[in-house]
Amino acid sequence: MNTYDFDVIVLGGGPAGLTAGIYLSRAKMKTLILTDGTPGGQMILTHEIANYPGVESASGYELSNTMKSQARKFGCAIKSNVRITGMSLDGDIKSVEVNGKDLYTASAVILSPGGKSRSLNVPGESKFKGRGISYCATCDGDFFQDKQIIVVGGGNSALEEAVSLTKYASRVTIVHQFDHFQGFQHAIEEAKKNPRIDFVMESKIIAFVGDESLERVQIQHLATNAISEREVDGVFILIGYEPNTESFNGVVDLNEWKEIITKDNLETNVPGVFAAGDAVRKRYRQITTAVADGTVAALGAIDYIRTAKAVAVA
Amino acid sequence: MLKTDLKHITTEEEFQNTLHQNENVMVCCGRMGPMCIPVYGVMEELEAEYTHVAFRDMEFDGPIGHLIRNLPECRSFAGLPFTVYFKNGKVAKATSSIQNMEQVTTILDKEFEKVPA
Repeated sequence: MNTYDFDVIVLGGGPAGLTAGIYLSRAKMKTLILTDGTPGGQMILTHEIANYPGVESASGYELSNTMKSQARKFGCAIKSNVRITGMSLDGDIKSVEVNGKDLYTASAVILSPGGKSRSLNVPGESKFKGRGISYCATCDGDFFQDKQIIVVGGGNSALEEAVSLTKYASRVTIVHQFDHFQGFQHAIEEAKKNPRIDFVMESKIIAFVGDESLERVQIQHLATNAISEREVDGVFILIGYEPNTESFNGVVDLNEWKEIITKDNLETNVPGVFAAGDAVRKRYRQITTAVADGTVAALGAIDYIRTAKAVAVA
Repeated sequence: MLKTDLKHITTEEEFQNTLHQNENVMVCCGRMGPMCIPVYGVMEELEAEYTHVAFRDMEFDGPIGHLIRNLPECRSFAGLPFTVYFKNGKVAKATSSIQNMEQVTTILDKEFEKVPA
């Protein structure tokens, strides 16, 4: 096992992790960002960002690349598409094992694993991903010109994307598990007044069926448990995000929604382990709030390390 | 032009030459969208390690995007990007939509076995 020493390791490369990388490296902390995907996290899911202060308009990809370049310019190391195969965050020296062959150690760790799109986890979902099932309306909407599609979900994303998909599809059916929507009133009204959209409420998809590509779905009406089948060309699953915290269960305290519980300075219950971004327990999740978290966690980690060094000298 | 660090295939001649001159070729045909960018990122990471594979991208909506879009192996695809793995000029595997590092390396290791030097 090859061992490499850092001051701070940041787990996650979205806006929170990249911001932490910028602040830490600029403060001359030897910093490593490890991310299991592409730097940028969910930010790259956004085609246009128009509410990031100081930037009138940019794609998520552009903003990610700028943050990544800034972090690297200050000396931050970034390793993307890695697999975390082990970690020990207790004690003064924390360690993270990557790809089963490299061990990285640090005095402090910042957890910024972000979130991921929720799946339905029903039979056929993985088989038909990209063959009728999509999680991105702006990416795949044009494959469904004049086709019949279903949008699953009842939040703003589902309602807004359903309206947007009527540019392509001949019929859009929103399937939602409750008898009311969770989205904003204006989004609900836009969807309800669109003549190409209909609604199947209090229902959920329980199976995807087809041969090479998706052909049908089985829908269960939750009030009666009646099961029906519906022919469909495509299904867009837009049921929100969940925190990417499976690997931290039992490592730091999580709440019932698997969000990381932190103090005001974003330190977790484990000394020297901080958390930032969408995986942290909080109400609002925006790029700006992730960036703010990354800043606070980085400054907290710097304080933690300096205090520990001062104590060691005394 | 796709904003990646990969070599881009922009003409049919380049496409044919790439298949002709390389035993193992992975082509990711997409846009600069959220499902495509992670796959380009994985390919960029792998270029140094998988030196026996030629990694290329191609614009889905470009003038030669049809060379990938219209492959029989992609006829049921409805999710970007379309990623096609060619062995000796023939399609060995094709995938639709986002793929992570593990999914890509599993295919590369199976279809393009590295011959020890």
